[in-house]
Amino acid sequence: MTALDVALYLLIGGGALLALVRLARGPSLLDRVVATDTLLVIISAGLAVHAALQRDPTLVPVLVVVALLAFVGSVSVARYVGGMLLRSATGDGRDLGLPVAAEQREDGS
Amino acid sequence: MTAVADVIAAVCLLAGAALCLTAGLGLVRFPDVLSRMHAGTKPQVLGVLLVMVGAAIRLEGWANAWMLLLVAAFQLLTAPVSAHLISRVAYRRRHVRRDLLLVDEYGGGGHEDLRHHGDEPGDAPPRPDSAGPR
Repeated sequence: MTALDVALYLLIGGGALLALVRLARGPSLLDRVVATDTLLVIISAGLAVHAALQRDPTLVPVLVVVALLAFVGSVSVARYVGGMLLRSATGDGRDLGLPVAAEQREDGS
Repeated sequence: MTAVADVIAAVCLLAGAALCLTAGLGLVRFPDVLSRMHAGTKPQVLGVLLVMVGAAIRLEGWANAWMLLLVAAFQLLTAPVSAHLISRVAYRRRHVRRDLLLVDEYGGGGHEDLRHHGDEPGDAPPRPDSAGPR
């Protein structure tokens, strides 16, 4: 482990942890979609960094799969959110899973 | 020669990893979906390209380089599509802090009939130019 290895893994691990924080806190489905997208990109960057540091090409085909899966997942969830119903019993869509309108949220999450 | 190549690869990898960290910071600190997406898509294009260049230099071999190029090409093709879809749905479904927008060309201005064009909810009002539900 050289200093370069440690720095690279710290940067990527820190980014992945912060993306996980956003994934856990939400508040809405689309925030989680964006966080998952970013997390998958960070994971593939980590795999590529590992392959580069070890000079080990075994993980390179995995990168192709991860790049394609991230796209399919985010697009399908975005289409799903777009098809959600507009009218709801409470009038503001919260019973359908829609968030409070972003500018009305008080804690700024 | 290999020492120079290693230094270039290390610089590329470090820049890409730093972009990953900035994406995480932006995801946690920014206020709404659009600005979080602005932060989160930095490593999707530039970060992935830098890391792939660094890995291709380190791995030394055309087979690996072509596959890493394929990953970069997939990212360049798919990132705009998914970002467009997510931001369109986010705007329509109140995930955007409209009080923070400086210019809002999509809101008001008589474009309400086009608001749901493209991904209609199940109970959206019918479009004026279409005959019945599609």
